[in-house]
Amino acid sequence: MNRQLSQRFAFGLLWSAASATIIILAIIVMFIMVQGLPYVNLAFLTGGPIAQGREGGILPAILGTFALGALSLIIAVPLGVGAAVFLTEYTRPSPLTTIMRFGTDSLAGVPSIIFGLFGFIFFVTRLNLGWSLLAGGLTIALMVLPTLIRTAEEAIRAVPVAYREVSYGLGASRWQMVRTVVLPNALPGIVTGIILSFGRAVGETAAVIFTAGTALNIPTSVLSPTRTMAVHFYILAVEGISLPKAYATGAVLIATILVINVVANLLITRGVARAVRR
Amino acid sequence: MSDFKIQIERFGYAYGNETALRNITLNVRRNSILAIFGPARGGKTTLLRSINRLTDIGEPGTHSGRILLDGQDIYAPGLDVASLRRRVGMVFALPVALPMSILDNVAYGQRLRGVRSPSRIQDLVQQSLEAAALWDEVRDRLDAPATSLSGGQQQRLSIARVLALEPEVILLDEPTAALDPISTAKIEEALVTLKRQYTIIIAPHNVQQAGRVADDTAFFLMGECIEAGPASQLFTVPRDQRTEDYITGRFG
Amino acid sequence: MKERLIGFLLFMSALVSIASLAVITFFIFEAGLPLIFRVGIGNFLQNSIWQPSGKTPQFGIAAMILGSVWVTLGAIMIGVPLGLAVAIFSAELAPPWLAAVIRPVLQLLAGIPSVIYGFIGLTILAPVVRAAFGGPGLSVVTAALILGIMILPSIVSISEDALRAVPRAYRDGALAVGATQWQTIWRVLVPAARSGIVASIILGMGRALGETMAVIMMLGNALQVPRSPLDSATTLTSNIGLELAYASGQHREALFATGVVLFVLIMILNLLANVFTGRLVLWRSRAPSLSTMRTLWRNRVPASDRRSS
Repeated sequence: MNRQLSQRFAFGLLWSAASATIIILAIIVMFIMVQGLPYVNLAFLTGGPIAQGREGGILPAILGTFALGALSLIIAVPLGVGAAVFLTEYTRPSPLTTIMRFGTDSLAGVPSIIFGLFGFIFFVTRLNLGWSLLAGGLTIALMVLPTLIRTAEEAIRAVPVAYREVSYGLGASRWQMVRTVVLPNALPGIVTGIILSFGRAVGETAAVIFTAGTALNIPTSVLSPTRTMAVHFYILAVEGISLPKAYATGAVLIATILVINVVANLLITRGVARAVRR
Repeated sequence: MSDFKIQIERFGYAYGNETALRNITLNVRRNSILAIFGPARGGKTTLLRSINRLTDIGEPGTHSGRILLDGQDIYAPGLDVASLRRRVGMVFALPVALPMSILDNVAYGQRLRGVRSPSRIQDLVQQSLEAAALWDEVRDRLDAPATSLSGGQQQRLSIARVLALEPEVILLDEPTAALDPISTAKIEEALVTLKRQYTIIIAPHNVQQAGRVADDTAFFLMGECIEAGPASQLFTVPRDQRTEDYITGRFG
Repeated sequence: MKERLIGFLLFMSALVSIASLAVITFFIFEAGLPLIFRVGIGNFLQNSIWQPSGKTPQFGIAAMILGSVWVTLGAIMIGVPLGLAVAIFSAELAPPWLAAVIRPVLQLLAGIPSVIYGFIGLTILAPVVRAAFGGPGLSVVTAALILGIMILPSIVSISEDALRAVPRAYRDGALAVGATQWQTIWRVLVPAARSGIVASIILGMGRALGETMAVIMMLGNALQVPRSPLDSATTLTSNIGLELAYASGQHREALFATGVVLFVLIMILNLLANVFTGRLVLWRSRAPSLSTMRTLWRNRVPASDRRSS
C-alpha cells in the first residue's frame, strides 16, 4: 500500500480524534448550560429550596459545597505540603520514599466509592461523627491528598538548587531554608494543586453522599449534615424531582468547575512565565 | 593565637568511590588572600565547599583528615553547622539573587539569626553594599527585586550578602566566571580592600586573576595540592614542573 | 530542638498517605471479610443471586462482577483508541496553538463531575441507543461509551508523557532511514512508549471499574447477568452506591464485602500499572523492615544539619 496514502489516512484519524475530544467537551458544556442557564437567576442562587428542591433555590447546596471544599483543604493542605516538603527536602531517594510514593499513587487510584465506604464506616459510624461536614471533609481530605502531594512536589523540585545553596551558605537551618526559599518560590504551583483539589471536592458525589449526607439545610457547624451541589444535582435528576432545577444546578456546578480550571491554568501559565524570566 | 586562620591537615574528600580531594595540607594566613588555582575538576570547588561544609548538602560524600578554623575542627561532632557557615561565607560561580528585594537579599543572613531591628539591618545593608562596591548603584532602589540587577551587580550583591553576615572567612568560587571585564575589575578591587578585615580564599577565574589578587597561592591538579606558597614565589620560580607548565600555559 | 520537631512533623505528614491507605484497607476488610467467610468466597463470587433481605438471604455478586467487567472492557474499547490517538496527536502532530487548546480541554474533561457525565448518558445517549438498537437504552453500551470519554484524560496524559519521553534519537534515526512520519510514530515511537501506554490503559481500567455515580445513572441497575451490550446491568460500584444508604446488618456487611472485592481488583491494577511504569522497583529488592525504616528516618538528613539550630 502507498506509504503516503496510509500516512494521510492515519493522520486524518488522529485529527478526527482530537477534534472529537474538543467537540464532546463542547457538547457536554453547551448542553447543560443551554438547558440550565435560563433557570439560573439571583433568587435561585440566594434562595433556599422548597419541596425537596422542586421549587426555590440552591443556596444551602452552594454553601455546603464551599464549606466542604474549604474544610477538606484545611485538613489536607498542611498534610500534603508537609509530605511533599519531607519527600523532597528531608530525604534522599530510598526504599522509604519508594513506599511513600507507592502509597500516594495507590491512594490516588482508589475509587471514590471506596472512600465513601471508608468514610461511612470509620468517620460516620466508628468515630460517631454522623453524616456531617466534618466526616465528609475528612474523607475528601484523604481523597485529594495525593493530588496535593504530587503538585506540591513538582513545584518544590522546580525551585532552583542554587537558591538552596545560597540559603544554606548563609547559615540557614533546613527549615529556615524551606520557609524562606523553597515555599515562597513553590507557592504558585502549590496553589494550583490546592485549586484543582478544590475542584475535585466540588465535583465529588459518591464519597460525599455517604459521609456528609443529603440534608438540605444551611450547615451551622462542622457537625451539621449537608448536601453539595453535585449531590443535589444527582438527587434532582435521578429521583425525577425537577428537571429544570437539575439543569440549573448542573449549570452552576459546571460554571464553578470552569472558573476553578481557568484560575488554575492562569496560575500555571504565570508560574511558567516567571520561571522563564529568571 | 596561631598566625593561621585556617589549617587544613591531610584532608581528603570522596564521593562514593570517586576521590575528589587527596591528602591536602594547606595553611591560610589571617587577613590574606589565598588563591587556589589549576585546571577544571582539580578539587578546588570541593575544597571550598568543605571549608563551610556545604558538601553536607547535595551529593553525599565522606571526608578524611581535619580542617581547623582558629584551631577548632569544623568536622567535630556536635559542631553547629549553621554558625560555622555564618563565620565562613561562600560566594558561588554563578551570581544568584534570591527572588526578593535587594535589601532582603543582603539582610537575609542576619534575619535568619533573629536580628529584627530595622536600624541595625539598615546599617548593615549599607555597610555591606558599600564594601562590595554596589551601594552607589542601588542606594535608591533597595526595595527593587534583586533579580532586576545585572549579572555583575548580582555577583557583588552575593558578596554583600556574605559580608552582611559579618563573617571571618570569605570563600569565592570563580566569582567572576560569568562576568564582563569591568565587573570583574570592580570585584577584584573590592577583594583587595576586604582582606584587611577578612581572610579570603578564592578559586580564581584564571591564572592572571590569581596573580592580580593573591598573597598566597596553591596549585591543584586532579585532587592534589601540587605546590603552595607566596604568590610572588610560585609565579616566578615554581618548584614543580607541572605548576610551571600550567602557569606558562602548556596545558590546562 | 525546633528543627527536629518540624522534621518530625513533616515526616508524620508524609506517613499519613500510607497510613491512611492502611487504615482504609483495614476498615473495609474488617467490615466486609466476615460475611465473605460466612457465605464462602466461592459462593460469594460465583453466585449470581443477590437477595440481601429475603427470608433466606443470598449474597452472590457474580452478576455485578460481570456487569463491571462488561462495562470496563467496553469503556476501554472506546477510551483506548481515542485516547491513544489524542496522545499521539498532541505529542507529535498538533500545531502548538492546537496543543494549547487540547491540554485545557482534557483537564476540563477530567474536572467535569461524574454526575454530569451520567446525566448526559441518561438524557442524550440512552434515548439514541434505544432508538437505534432497541433495548432499554440504559445499557452496557451507553455506560461504556460515556465511561470511555471519562477515562480519556488519564489515558491521554500518561500515554502522552510516555511518548514524549522517547529519546529524540529514535525519531531522527527512523526518519533518517526514510521512514514516513507515520511509520516512525507507529513502528518506533509507540513500541518504545509501550510500557507507559500499557500503564495508562491499566489505570484507565481502574478508573472505569471504580466509577459509581455515572454508572448508576446510565446502566439501568437491573440485577441480572448481561447477555448483550444492549442489556442493562449492575456493577460492583453501582450496587454499593444504590444500597448503602438504607442497608443494615448482613446486607451492609455484604456491601462492604463487595467493596473488598472492588478494592482488591483496583489494587491489583495499581500494582500492575506501577510495574509497567517501572516505578515499583521495591518489589525486585526486599521490602524494608521496621528497623530499616527507623535507620532511614535517622539518616534522613546529614547528621550535621540535625545538630544545628
